[in-house]
Parts: sequence; structure tokens; C-alpha cells
Amino acid sequence: MTPDDFSFLAQMVRRRAGLVLTEKKLHLIESRLSTVMRRFGFRSTDALVKELRHGRETLARAVTEVLTTNESSFFRDRAAFEAFRERVLPRLIEARAETKRLRIWSAACAAGQEAYSIAMLLDDLKLQAQGWSIDLIATDLSAEMIARSEEGLYSHFEVQRGLAIRRLVAHFSQEGGSWRIHENLRRMVSFHQFNLLDSYGWLDDLDAVFCRNVLIYFDQKTKASVLDKIAEMLTPDGALVLGNSEAVTGLSTAFVPVDRAPNTYAKTKTIAQRLAS
Amino acid sequence: MKNCLVVDDSRVIRKVACRILQDLKFDTAEAEDGIAALQSCRQRMPQLILLDWNMPNMNGIEFLKTLRKERNGQQPVVVFCTTENDVSHITEALSAGANEYIMKPFDREIIEAKLAEVGLM
Repeated sequence: MTPDDFSFLAQMVRRRAGLVLTEKKLHLIESRLSTVMRRFGFRSTDALVKELRHGRETLARAVTEVLTTNESSFFRDRAAFEAFRERVLPRLIEARAETKRLRIWSAACAAGQEAYSIAMLLDDLKLQAQGWSIDLIATDLSAEMIARSEEGLYSHFEVQRGLAIRRLVAHFSQEGGSWRIHENLRRMVSFHQFNLLDSYGWLDDLDAVFCRNVLIYFDQKTKASVLDKIAEMLTPDGALVLGNSEAVTGLSTAFVPVDRAPNTYAKTKTIAQRLAS
Repeated sequence: MKNCLVVDDSRVIRKVACRILQDLKFDTAEAEDGIAALQSCRQRMPQLILLDWNMPNMNGIEFLKTLRKERNGQQPVVVFCTTENDVSHITEALSAGANEYIMKPFDREIIEAKLAEVGLM
């Protein structure tokens, strides 16, 4: 790929999805582009980029999607999920005892493992049987990932990373060599294709937001903008959960880290202290 | 150092599993069937047992049921590691006292994830 073509591609992907591409990852980028090239019948990246320069929307969307990283696993970063189960959820349930309504967003859900992990934690508490309304929203930039999430079918390897065997048996059915999430959990989650650069208007009154392992692919300005928009949509006593290698330091003053809850943030010191207690 | 007994009738599987476990800072011992595994446990009860299902002489589930009745036999964390990947086998293993279950084929990442599940990572 010529430097000029790379520069065009990098600008396009940054504009469309906020992703920062560096030439250090050129080999990985070309490898990922090869699947789009096969799908659209291009023989070289030169020809692909030439077509992109003509503004072909379906191709631009496919290229952007294929360049996003969709690595995930059930209960990824165990400590953050434990903190959510032991600290955040009990406080939220206590605070919402009257309305009996919880609204949680998995912001970059990849193949759905994070959303279904949250669904399993909620299912453990049998909240719906007690009349609670659970709004578990999961979004991803990639239409392909949303389709995979909705299908809820996982490989032998995927279900063995982060998922305890008792959870596997309790929440999945075997289909040949794969495992399908049970319908009750599938119905708990509503999946939508969504770009984190777009307006968050429809995502109001969120009690918890999982925005994990996606900020790392953005530049500083985009990270700050995403965090600000999340802060606006989060209820005053809500919680934000980031990925292991992500933090708000230097990006947003809207969040305070919660002690004893890794990667977890609240909007005020008082709420952070309450969640940590 | 944590210690693990790898029980499998395949020498290759024992070697691969031991190498992964040693990388994860486990001291390893090997047994080729349930009888050899019981003898090993009676001499020195390990913290972790990685256990195949289908083996000659005494299979994994028979070994586990016997182990759990032994003195200190409740102590080891037992993780099945087998090609018996259906729900009925998994349920039977859990009922017999298995703590976790690895479905073959496995890799280092799966072993690490399962050891984290049982609190050994």
C-alpha cells in the first residue's frame, strides 16, 4: 500500500469511527483488508483504495468494520465483573427499589460476550421474577458482530475463556461443537448497530455503562468526547466500567475512580465512596 | 510452588499439559491412569489434578469418586480435561465433585482461564 493510500485509509477510518491506524500495524491492516477484497472482488489494495476514493458507501462501511478489533471473552477482566456484582449492582438495586428499573449499556459488545455476561449476573439475582424491568442494551459498530451477538452461538474455545463450567451448563445448549445462549438471556439483551461517534440521545438514563477496550483505539480528543457523552447519559448515581488498560485521567473530569472496584468510575466522590463501601 | 498431578493415558497430552502448567509456575507430576493417580495422591495430595475421562484400569470418574472418599481427598481442585464434551458427562463430573471442566482440544489460554475460575491463578 502506498503511503498516500494509507493516509487516505487512515483518515477515512478516523472520520467514520474514530479509530487511529498507525503504519506500525500495516501488516495487520492489510491482512484484515484481504477479507473485504475477497468479498468485493478486488485483486489489490490499490484497486480497493481507488474505489474508496470514489466514495462507495457500502465498501467504506465494510472496510471500517473489518478494521475494528472484535476480540472479547465472557467475564473479561474478572475483577471488574466481580466488583460490578459485589459493589455496583447491590447499590443500584437498593437505589432503584421503588422504580424497579435498571438500564445498562454494553457500548462495544463485539460478539456479545460482555452483554451476556452482564445478563448472567442479572439472571442470578432473579430480578425479573420480582417484577423488575431490565433494559440491557448492547451496541457495536460492526453489523456482522451485531448479527453474531444476536445469534448467540459460540465456539468450543470461546465458551472456555472466562466462563465457569456451571454457567456454561446453566445458560447454554450444545449444538454440535458449538454452544448457544439460552433464549431467556438472549431476550434480556437488545442489540443495535451504533457508532460511538454519533449522538447518544436515545441512550438516556443509564444506570451502568460498560465501555471497555474500545477507547484505546481512539485519539485523545475522541476519547474525551465519548467519555463526556457517557457522563451526560449516566444517572447521577450510575457507574462506568472501562477496560483494564483504560483510564479517564487527562481525558475527563466527569468521573471519579471507585476504590476496590477495578476499572470502575462514578460521577461524584460521594457516589464513588458509596460504591466502594 | 503450587503442584499439579496430570492424569492422562496419552503421553503427548501429559507432556503438553505439564509444559503449560510449568510455564504457569506449577510443580507437576504425571499418572497414566486412575490407579496410578490414586497411588500418587496417597503419597502426596496435590493442590490441583488435571484429569482425563477415558483411561484404562480406572477411568477419570471412578478415580474422582474414590478420591473424594479418601482422607484429605476433598482438598485437591479437580479439573476434568477430556474429549467427553456433552452436557451429561459434564453434569456427571460436577456431581462427582469436579471443580471445573476443560473440553479438549485445549490451549494455554483455556487452562489459564479455568485455573482462574478455581482460584489458582
